[in-house]
Amino acid sequence: MREIATEVVETDVLILGGGMAGCGAAVEAAYWAKPLGLKVTLVEKAAIDRSGPVAMGLSAINTYMGMDGKVTQNSRMPDRYTEYVTNDQMGLARQDLVFDVGRHVDSTVRHFEKWGLPLWKDEAGNFKKSGEWQVMISGESYKVLVAEAAKNAIGALGDKGQLIERVYITHLLKDEKEPDRICGAVGFSVREDKFYAFKAKVVVLILGGAVHVFRPRSQGEGFGRSWMPPFLGGSTYASMILAGAELTQMDVTFVPPRFKDSYGPVGTFFLLFKTPATNAYDGPYVGAYGSETDKWAPYAKAKPCPTPVRNYEMILCAQEGKSPFYIHTQRVVERYQKEITDPKELKKKIKEYEAEAWEDFLDMTIAGATNWAAHNVDPMEKPMELQLSDPCFIGSHAASCGAWVCGAEDLMPVEYKDAFPAQYNCMTTLLGLFTAGCGVGACAHKFSSGSHVQGRIVAKSAVRFVNDQKGYTPTVSDATINKLKEIVFKPFTLYDEKKDYTAMPDVNPFYISPHSFLFRVQKIMGEYAGGWETLYGTSDKMLEVGLWKLAFCGEDADKIGAKNLHELLRAWEAIHRYWVAEACVRTRLARKESRWPGYYFKHDYLKLDESQKKFINLKYDADKKEWTVFERPMIPIL
Amino acid sequence: MPSFVITEKCDGCKGQDKTACLYICPNDLMVLDKERMKAYNQEPNYCWECYCCVKICPQQAMDVRGYQDFMPMGAASTPLRGTEDIMWTITFRDGRIKRFKYATRTTPEGSIKALEGFPEAKPADLANQFLLGEPDIMGVKELPTKKK
Repeated sequence: MREIATEVVETDVLILGGGMAGCGAAVEAAYWAKPLGLKVTLVEKAAIDRSGPVAMGLSAINTYMGMDGKVTQNSRMPDRYTEYVTNDQMGLARQDLVFDVGRHVDSTVRHFEKWGLPLWKDEAGNFKKSGEWQVMISGESYKVLVAEAAKNAIGALGDKGQLIERVYITHLLKDEKEPDRICGAVGFSVREDKFYAFKAKVVVLILGGAVHVFRPRSQGEGFGRSWMPPFLGGSTYASMILAGAELTQMDVTFVPPRFKDSYGPVGTFFLLFKTPATNAYDGPYVGAYGSETDKWAPYAKAKPCPTPVRNYEMILCAQEGKSPFYIHTQRVVERYQKEITDPKELKKKIKEYEAEAWEDFLDMTIAGATNWAAHNVDPMEKPMELQLSDPCFIGSHAASCGAWVCGAEDLMPVEYKDAFPAQYNCMTTLLGLFTAGCGVGACAHKFSSGSHVQGRIVAKSAVRFVNDQKGYTPTVSDATINKLKEIVFKPFTLYDEKKDYTAMPDVNPFYISPHSFLFRVQKIMGEYAGGWETLYGTSDKMLEVGLWKLAFCGEDADKIGAKNLHELLRAWEAIHRYWVAEACVRTRLARKESRWPGYYFKHDYLKLDESQKKFINLKYDADKKEWTVFERPMIPIL
Repeated sequence: MPSFVITEKCDGCKGQDKTACLYICPNDLMVLDKERMKAYNQEPNYCWECYCCVKICPQQAMDVRGYQDFMPMGAASTPLRGTEDIMWTITFRDGRIKRFKYATRTTPEGSIKALEGFPEAKPADLANQFLLGEPDIMGVKELPTKKK
């Protein structure tokens, strides 16, 4: 058996995850921790320069108010943003949290500008808005810049600032004197035989959302071509579930309509270029199913039409046999040809459109560009297909899954207060555990800028918490740490013990490989819980069978074998994804309506039922192995 | 769309303090074969085709080819990333070529000073709602709140 070293790291503010929210948290935590002499530690499973969904870059910032009016159009305030997000999520949102993101987000974008992000501007220096909330950027190096700022801020703390990369977090640590208090986390290095135990006065858990819980459309070599990155392993949600934190809306996944297979983004094509999309017969699908979608009024009738209803129109159209869908990039050129009479001006305009269209892909979904080229399709001349992809758990996008967290003091409805052991912005239902970004539920449409700013909000709040608890020291015994170490490395132990039983270790009756385990979870989710396999439809009967089969995965999670550190990483990602799947299926079972019909719908409850306009929350008791599913009211602040 | 390493060009970053592709890959895919001093992608079907490895490789030894699940062969998107912009060459299957150049940053690499230019934080301000630089940086005088 190989020797695994244990390193115990003691810190004050522990930030887990260095994506957009984590990098925002690092800057803000450093700022407030500095005069107090507190230590800040940022832990990341990859390298923060290129980690998280913005690793590849982005071509737009999707959340910006422009409260100062210095925008080309659509200067907005947080109340309008909150109304928009609430309607897009079919009436269910934590408006206090959404509003808080909206009122701070401009500051984060102004920091980005200062750091060197090329934001598109007009001659007067106003940010170029492509839609109500979107600002165009040349964002190939977006994450590099945001990471550089985070590193610089951590560096400003001297020996009180620490960045640890290539460590995967598996579990949260509970204080042994106060069982409902979180005081650290454990994980392992993916590069050396080392187990990490972090003891901290506060934990900010921002490890991103979850992809690959549902089965992706491509399953051969293209398995990794999910829309959001395949490295979103669901550890934010899973570690919170295992620690007993309350989660909300774990049924509300996002199903992105994107360029087929490559998942090239569509936002800029629809908003900036006003690109038309049609069904296979050149007819409309948007707005074409009023007799059906009107049943989702008033939300479906508001402008803009909510994402889940727009998706549902595609589902209805596909059910009629009218797929494939097309996005007609060439018709933008045809429109210019009609509108612009000066040949020089026309040539310039088309050239500009061509460069911007390709940039949209090359900045954030390079496969989209190569897919055009591979099919000999010049987007100036021909359309490409559009398709709904696999459901993702991504609380920062047009979806609502995540933790039930405390809101800002001046915004949160009093009715929500009792859920929290103390009143700190973005603290979960567990004392000392904070989250942001994809970790915060019922607070959709944060996107990159909103996640970064929520990281900043949570970091300030977490520093305040530490400062208010000056006498506190975490209590975690060596016995606890050693026990967790055994659990974390069990896939190694099992593989070592049993691998020689078969002549070829890949097939062995005593263990399951991380990949096979994941494929099983994905197959169950895809076939029973509303994946693309059933055109996003499910039912109580299907969910019940799915849950029954998932329970075996839960047992077999203990029998995963890993032959090296890389497989150990895949093993823990797969286990975390299993927990996310459980939470999703249980929430979908509890909801007896189809509120977000284009994300998932229930054949047996194919309707919107306003008496169910409540959050469905759940939590898990790891000692008793029991789930509790319950409701929380929707209390508007506007 | 998995990344791959061109054997002839890869030197395992032997002259550097770390192997660039191993360092940067967000999904822990790259491995260094120390005997041959060649890196390789150990798990091509988990590649997100983010090109982080291609962009960082000092030898230009890395490239990406389209996922064969859905992409016909023969096309490529090839970046050349500088300190303030990135050049892309797009090669179509039928041989057509397009070139594009886009800005990546407006400041010199390594120049960001995230906390400079702002007054030092005061612990008493932990209780208010203002974050670093607010409200001035947003160009507004006060932070919106719930209407009473």
